[in-house]
Amino acid sequence: MTLSYFVRRVFFLFLVVWTAATINFVLPHLAGRDPIKEQMLIQIASQGRTQADAEAMIRTYTRLFGLDRPLWEQYLTYIGNVMRLDFGYSINNYPRTVMDIIISRGRLTLPFVVVSIFISFTFGILLGAFLGWNRTPQWVSNLVVPPMLVLSSVPQFLVALVLIYFVAFRMRLLPMNGAYPRTMVEDWGSLTFWMGYAKHAILPILSMVLVDASGWALGMRAMMVTVEGEDYATFAEAKGLTTWRVFFRYLLRNALLPPLTGLAIRLGFIITGASLVESFFAYNGLGSTLGGAIGNFDYFLLYGIVTIMVMCIALATFVMDMIYPLLDPRISYKAQRG
Amino acid sequence: MNQPLLEIKDLKTYFYVKAGTVKAVDGVTLNLDPGVKMGLVGESGSGKTTMALAVMRMIKPPGTIQGKISLNGVDLVTLSNEEMRKARLSQISMIPQGAMNSLNPVARIRNQILDGLEDHGVKLSKSEANDRLAQLLQIVELPTKVADMYPHELSGGMKQRVTVAIAISMGPKLIIADEPTSALDVVIQRQVMETITRLVRELNLSMILIGHDMGLMAQSVERLAVMYAGKLAETGGVKEMFADPLHPYTQKMISSLPVLGRRGVFEGIQGIPPSVINPPPGCLFAARCPKVIAGTCQEISPALREVRPGRWVSCHLYN
Ligand SMILES: Nc1ncnc2c1ncn2[C@@H]1O[C@H](COP(=O)(O)OP(=O)(O)O)[C@@H](O)[C@H]1O
Ligand SMILES: [Mg+2]
Repeated sequence: MTLSYFVRRVFFLFLVVWTAATINFVLPHLAGRDPIKEQMLIQIASQGRTQADAEAMIRTYTRLFGLDRPLWEQYLTYIGNVMRLDFGYSINNYPRTVMDIIISRGRLTLPFVVVSIFISFTFGILLGAFLGWNRTPQWVSNLVVPPMLVLSSVPQFLVALVLIYFVAFRMRLLPMNGAYPRTMVEDWGSLTFWMGYAKHAILPILSMVLVDASGWALGMRAMMVTVEGEDYATFAEAKGLTTWRVFFRYLLRNALLPPLTGLAIRLGFIITGASLVESFFAYNGLGSTLGGAIGNFDYFLLYGIVTIMVMCIALATFVMDMIYPLLDPRISYKAQRG
Repeated sequence: MNQPLLEIKDLKTYFYVKAGTVKAVDGVTLNLDPGVKMGLVGESGSGKTTMALAVMRMIKPPGTIQGKISLNGVDLVTLSNEEMRKARLSQISMIPQGAMNSLNPVARIRNQILDGLEDHGVKLSKSEANDRLAQLLQIVELPTKVADMYPHELSGGMKQRVTVAIAISMGPKLIIADEPTSALDVVIQRQVMETITRLVRELNLSMILIGHDMGLMAQSVERLAVMYAGKLAETGGVKEMFADPLHPYTQKMISSLPVLGRRGVFEGIQGIPPSVINPPPGCLFAARCPKVIAGTCQEISPALREVRPGRWVSCHLYN
């Protein structure tokens, strides 16, 4: 790997995050709304404070959030803070910091989302490769593909609903909702808590995997058919290679490249990618927090989550850029620009 | 009397598709003696590639293979899948059509050569493998360092040389080269072809060279087989066939070749090749044939007959 490629990619990573952060900073100023004032007015209306009280509060908060200083100073402070992942306080949940909220909500969903993305991908790719393989009997495809077409095109929450109804409600095999048993307190250091979490995560994972794996499998199946039509597939067989070597080293290995890019994109959307499933299983994770932040004009929380999302996407792209040349020699570290 | 190396008898390769039956190869019979190079020519879609794949037993469903294909007296059609797999590369090799893309884009040349050896039970230590690689690459006139390169780092001609190196790596008796140079430019085409013919001679291989370049055939092969719409129109020695083509289709093909010093418009063959999906009865060339015999050619399919020793033709004119 050439150093300049690496440096360029890192630079690009920062550029993306910086641009996103700047847009985040500029937008509210363009909108011409004052989130603090709005928030206070709501509180005044609901709690019957006096006008003088309210104005004093607004001044205090404005100073607290640094909104009384010149714009360029606010901007520099803001960028510096973003780079340290410090997004300030949540307007609605003051004095909790945005990062604190993101971590406490995010860690409820992140483990199960990560697990389901990797299970979906691995399972979907293998199944798709197998279904697209010209040695797989036709009836297998005829049997498996139609249900997969259906699954891949229904929303995850619909699958979740069916699973909740049959598995949790009728058969009572698994809990209906919640991130962990109601009798437990959140304690990520304890094994029993993890076990409880895992048990609650089975249905959410299953509903995500059924949908996502079908999608990966259908895409991979099409890729396999394409690769099998290539001359190198014909030549691999003409070389008298063993069936499994042809399958893994010549077909699957080549068909895997486009889905891997897809995986990077999927991982980029990791923190909010499961919003609907999460709200269906009452997880109170980042997806619903994001929704709430929009509804309550909690700008700082909103921008914190959005910035983290952008960072995830930029980071996933960066990692993919680093790995891809190792997987596909045609993409070289040297030739690429950007 | 010596036995032919390859004996194909009434080979039929049909694809059963929705639109009907594609009779891509329909009753081909031919023999190939050891050490002989045979050209297989015909218009695009006449079934040349399909026939090559059938001999390799690489036809996939919905395609089927019927007839007899024997190599050194062993009937390939009845071999088990595993026996057939081992026969590929060690008995028959194929250089597929489309030279530019026959190598796995994500693997080093080294592995692509060694894979074939390994799956035929050749066990090599690291240094033996290096020696073998260097030797194979040298035979096809490539530098040793090519072993550690990826296909995209090679030119078209170099890639095709690698393909040739792989094809001969297990010492097969027969090589089927499907338009091995058609994707290359003319100069490179010549050079690669020279390497292939040199190797075939040195290693005393038999070869089926598929193509439609009659000029190239005249230089490279001893025997010629002309295919038309899945059937064999004519076979024979290449000199004889150029001097005295029997089948009207062969006659047309040869007379449409440019000749040095002759000016004018070249004639070409009128009409379009027939579809091989649900072909009609009778001779499939009848519609384009200048010597069609009314009442016979459209109704009865002509059988392939040996009209002279080693000279076979399927045409009602020679009944
Ligand atoms: N897998 C297949 N399924 C259906 N038809 C096929 C298949 N392979 C080849 N064919 C048909 O068989 C005929 C002969 O094709 P091919 O052997 O590639 O001709 P050539 O190599 O002489 O150009 C063509 O009409 C082609 O459409
Ligand atoms: Mg062809």
